[in-house]
Amino acid sequence: MRTRVALFLATLLSALFVVLGVAAIPASAEGESIFGFLFQLDKHNQKVSYEGVSVTVKGPAGFSKTVTSDKDGRWTVPVPKPATYTVSIDVKTLPKGVNLTDEKKQSLKVPVLEGQDKPVLFPLGKSERKVQGDWSQAAQLAAEGLRFGLIIALAAVGLSLIFGTTGLTNFAHGELVTLGAIVTWWVSTGNLPFLPDFGGFQFFPAAIIALLVCAGFGWLNDAWLWRPLRRRGTGLIAAMIVSIGLSIFLRYFFLYLFTGNTRQFPDYQGQKGISLGPIDLAVRDYLSMAVAVVVLLATIVALLRTRIGKATRAVSDNPALASASGIDVDRVIRVVWVVGAMLAGLAGILLGLAQGITFQMGFQILLLIFAAVTLGGLGTAYGALVGSLVVGMFISVSTLWIPPELKNVGALGILIVILLVRPQGILGRAQRVG
Amino acid sequence: MDWTRIIVNALEAAVGLQTVVFALAAIGLNVHFGYTGLLNFGQSAFMAVAAYGLAVIVQTYGWPLWVGVLTGLAGAVVLALLLGIPTLRLRADYLAIVTIAAAEIIRLTVRSVTFQNVFGGSDGRQSFSSDFYAHNPYPVRYYHIGSFGFHEREMWVLTVGWVLIAVSCLIVFLLMRSPWGRVLKAIREDEDAVRSLGKNVYAYKMQSLIIGGVLGCLGGFIYALGQNSIQPDIFGTDTTFFAYTILILGGAARVGAPVVGAMIFWVILSLTDNILNEAIDAGYISHSVITTTQTGQIRFMLVGLLLMLLMIFRPQGIFGDRREIALDAR
Repeated sequence: MRTRVALFLATLLSALFVVLGVAAIPASAEGESIFGFLFQLDKHNQKVSYEGVSVTVKGPAGFSKTVTSDKDGRWTVPVPKPATYTVSIDVKTLPKGVNLTDEKKQSLKVPVLEGQDKPVLFPLGKSERKVQGDWSQAAQLAAEGLRFGLIIALAAVGLSLIFGTTGLTNFAHGELVTLGAIVTWWVSTGNLPFLPDFGGFQFFPAAIIALLVCAGFGWLNDAWLWRPLRRRGTGLIAAMIVSIGLSIFLRYFFLYLFTGNTRQFPDYQGQKGISLGPIDLAVRDYLSMAVAVVVLLATIVALLRTRIGKATRAVSDNPALASASGIDVDRVIRVVWVVGAMLAGLAGILLGLAQGITFQMGFQILLLIFAAVTLGGLGTAYGALVGSLVVGMFISVSTLWIPPELKNVGALGILIVILLVRPQGILGRAQRVG
Repeated sequence: MDWTRIIVNALEAAVGLQTVVFALAAIGLNVHFGYTGLLNFGQSAFMAVAAYGLAVIVQTYGWPLWVGVLTGLAGAVVLALLLGIPTLRLRADYLAIVTIAAAEIIRLTVRSVTFQNVFGGSDGRQSFSSDFYAHNPYPVRYYHIGSFGFHEREMWVLTVGWVLIAVSCLIVFLLMRSPWGRVLKAIREDEDAVRSLGKNVYAYKMQSLIIGGVLGCLGGFIYALGQNSIQPDIFGTDTTFFAYTILILGGAARVGAPVVGAMIFWVILSLTDNILNEAIDAGYISHSVITTTQTGQIRFMLVGLLLMLLMIFRPQGIFGDRREIALDAR
């Protein structure tokens, strides 16, 4: 994540330098050239330039020229005519510990148009395939994994409670996550769809309004859809397919309202990192984790100690028996829906803080939530919690060995392996599930 | 509003490539869900394995088309075994979660930069069907009645597609009236009863998963050959759920239902897309409400709504029988 953000910033910055650089070239520099800057942003967003790195440009008719970068990391090669040139960087001349983020991109083919000064960027940084056994990096990844695991846990506990009390595998749970994030964005920017801009609130009131909206939506979900379906005696598979339909509908409704862009909350961006030993996270990350831990603990205490919590566990265990002993099962389910939707909405807000907001952010983590719930044992809230932390950590730490783009593949893979060896999950009771 | 164009587009959609592809996928799902009660949410994975098997063998390794087709078919069988072994002994929703996870694993793997040399990353693979079109019996021209018509390449791929649909339907029909098919339906109704009669339920479910997967993977071949280009994101979860909507619309556990379902489904989508676009262009709908780039989103919302409403009010679809549909997890 961090390297990707750095890379993104680097790309933006280099675009800026291109503009400045073009302006700085005197008018006498007619004709075409290829140029670039070799630099990297350190963890405090300071630019570090690399001097003395060799770059070779080869072109048609045997054109070949090698230059080295100056103290600003700049290199320039004037080329004779518009054509396609091959630009390669000599990685051996890079300082120790600096690599291309993609080792395959050592040489790039670039077309140069007439009169163009063509910028070429070699993204520098830590190689995506990271060195094994780097303990401080492992600690950093574990911290990020913990943050992600806690976010998944918030959503997974709700999903698990709904599954436990109603038997519904809710495929539309990811959309509850998205709802929390996009309502917070709408309220905090003031850009509500179809309504005039009202200027927006600060992040915290906006988040609270979003949680209330999520609670209301959870209530509506149960009152208008699932309770009538339960009354009709709709089967569990039918209900699951209904939730898939709802998920598709809501996801594209969000796309319609929110557009396909990735957006950021207006507040708390660009915070400086705070280092705790080898771990370096922004203040908002520490705060997100604290909020998630407090909310999760409160949920567990409520399940263990309060009347409604005990009633919820009773309904999960045996709805008929709970009903016979005087528990209002429909009321319990209603509360579970409201609380589950709020937890999911909170997960969405925290996820939005960590990685930006898109219309399908919830759907993208839905399978990871399922993996967490299944891993912990279907229908047990504590299992969902443990499963989430395992999934979050695994996804993050596994990037030490596997490319980051494949990290979710690993997590979904262990889901299948766990089902092979221990189908009841880590904390599930051993019982016949087939 | 140009109504002739709207209607011609709808008619072309009724027999077009998408209809053929999704009819084949839904025929496979019908064997899984309609007849056996297996909740396979990874039908897109079977299509992906077939399409990529073909494309990678032909384009990446330069082998002939028939090797690619055999690879795709073998891939579908292997995938069915891999999915079935851990999950077929478990409850229905486990199979659902594992199959959807496997479909995502396959999609993420083929679109990754790591395996770009083999699968082509997010750009996928292109230009691998020249062998297929080299056998095109249709001379080069535009075959049409009025403005409804197809070029010779479309004619060839659609002919092959519809022949495959006919053969698949025949296979399903013959299988399901055999004693073997009656065991499948009995498993859907009451697995324990079948087990108590001494049948190996696990083996029957596995055979059903393989046969349905292979039938579904034919859709992947037709898509790849028809488009001559595949991208990983075509095989996302939405594809599977489109196939489910088609199956439920037609009526699960009916031989011809997926075909009719696919035709109706794509006609509805074509009509709504075209009518909306025309209405926006003609100014009947304001651009502030919806733009032509957003009509695709309306299509998905419509599919979601259709799936919900069908499942709530008419789970048997058009031709099905309510008593024959696996609606409850056991």
